[in-house]
Amino acid sequence: MTEKKEVVIRIENLEKQFGGRKVLEGISLDVYKSETLVIVGGSGCGKSTLLRHIIGQLKPDAGKVYLFGKDITKANEDEMDSIKKRFGMLFQSAALFDSLTVEENIALPMREHTKLDDHIIKIMVKMKLNQVGLRGFGHLNTSQLSGGMKKRVGLARAIALDPEIIFYDEPSAGLDPVVTAVVDKLILDLSSALSITSVVVTHDMNSVFRIADRIVMLYKGKILQIGTKEEIKNSKNEYIQQFINGTIEGPMQFFAPDEGYLEELTK
Amino acid sequence: MNILQAIGRVTLSAGAAIWDVFALFFRTLYWLFYAPLRGKFIGRHYIFSQMVFAGVQSLLIVFFVALFIGMVLAMQGAYQLSQLGAVRFVAALISVSMCREIGPVLIALVVAGRVGSAIAAELGTMKVTEQIEALETMAMNPIRYLVVPRFLALIVMLPALTIMGDLIGMLGGYIVGVYNLGISPGLYIKTNFDFLVLKDVMTGLLKSFVFGMIIAMIGCYMGLNTKGGAEGVGRSTTMSVVVSFILIILADAILTGLFYFASV
Repeated sequence: MTEKKEVVIRIENLEKQFGGRKVLEGISLDVYKSETLVIVGGSGCGKSTLLRHIIGQLKPDAGKVYLFGKDITKANEDEMDSIKKRFGMLFQSAALFDSLTVEENIALPMREHTKLDDHIIKIMVKMKLNQVGLRGFGHLNTSQLSGGMKKRVGLARAIALDPEIIFYDEPSAGLDPVVTAVVDKLILDLSSALSITSVVVTHDMNSVFRIADRIVMLYKGKILQIGTKEEIKNSKNEYIQQFINGTIEGPMQFFAPDEGYLEELTK
Repeated sequence: MNILQAIGRVTLSAGAAIWDVFALFFRTLYWLFYAPLRGKFIGRHYIFSQMVFAGVQSLLIVFFVALFIGMVLAMQGAYQLSQLGAVRFVAALISVSMCREIGPVLIALVVAGRVGSAIAAELGTMKVTEQIEALETMAMNPIRYLVVPRFLALIVMLPALTIMGDLIGMLGGYIVGVYNLGISPGLYIKTNFDFLVLKDVMTGLLKSFVFGMIIAMIGCYMGLNTKGGAEGVGRSTTMSVVVSFILIILADAILTGLFYFASV
């Protein structure tokens, strides 16, 4: 990644506090066109918060977020809407509208944001379903789908408007390893076939090493390291080694120290 | 000190909630009146499906509630009026009290229980399952697509249901008055409408229009501010009914006072 590439997302010194607790502390990051960037970190490290800032759902206390060169922290609602139409998002729970069928879920963004004819939308929906390997499932209700199918329908809905960026929030959460591999393959296919930029938030290291072009390691609201798979694998950082190997011993402490335990019990 | 702190905290959070409800109300008005001028319309099918749910599907419960309350009023009224030898005025008592007071309030309470709670539960579930956020990232404003159709449906359908309820209540009174109290049908109907003036009906409809706003706003506010999974959805649903009930009665008292003092 030495050659200069087009930057589609730029984050500058992003800071956010929740109730006095610093969740993001000066995050700066560039995402290049058509790469797959994976944001990795433990629970509560701020990776979901970071994602919510990039898609404009949260406003930062300080810092800037540029999407397609436009500072979204200062964008008004109309400007934000036109930016939102250029990216798609796959939610952790897929977030399908349960009052609508699979077809209607995927058709909704097209119905609202394009002037396409209804039968053209129907054809497009079938194409999107085929892209995620769910041809023939359009008539089902969302309650009839399994977890993995919901994710894939959510992905079909996210690509409904042919976005330039797709954001994935924990795409492998709650899925078995095989379905996780399927979703990972879909992410790879989309980015290679349509040269879509992908930003993935996850803590599943297997899928990280399958899909990532670059990896961002986040810990306690700060970036530990940004690098390729090899750079992260060979990182000298103890936190990163502990995280990718999944060991209990290391700089991240999960148990309260033994000192003072007796006094606390007998107090 | 602790009691004072607690009172202060409750006052502050209640104040913030009232402010939030008004903010939601004004944003709803924005999407209802101003945004269409800028070419952002609200899809007709969203409104109609809500109207069917809030209005048409409430007809059965409104029918039974209004019919029985009309019958009860007739019997209670006859019990009192018979002591004055004025049983035939039962008809007037029912028509005026149904139109001015009981129809709008009772039907608003029924609809708050049926529709307001359903709105809170539906939007609350959408909130905790990220569906609201999904709408927002798809550049679909939740107020435009979720709140405004429900608001419109209620302010149109609640007065409509109230008209139905008024008439059905009168029918209930008629059944008791004619078949039990022995008032002749012609006399009953004449007394029923002789004492009813247009103002009675209009003030009642104005009330139900305001009640419709209250039910929609509280249901949507509670739903959109749901936190914490299934338990949160339950809490929002309960709160929407409790708060709507209190506000409906409060608004009723204020409006009745206004009409009363405006007419003297």
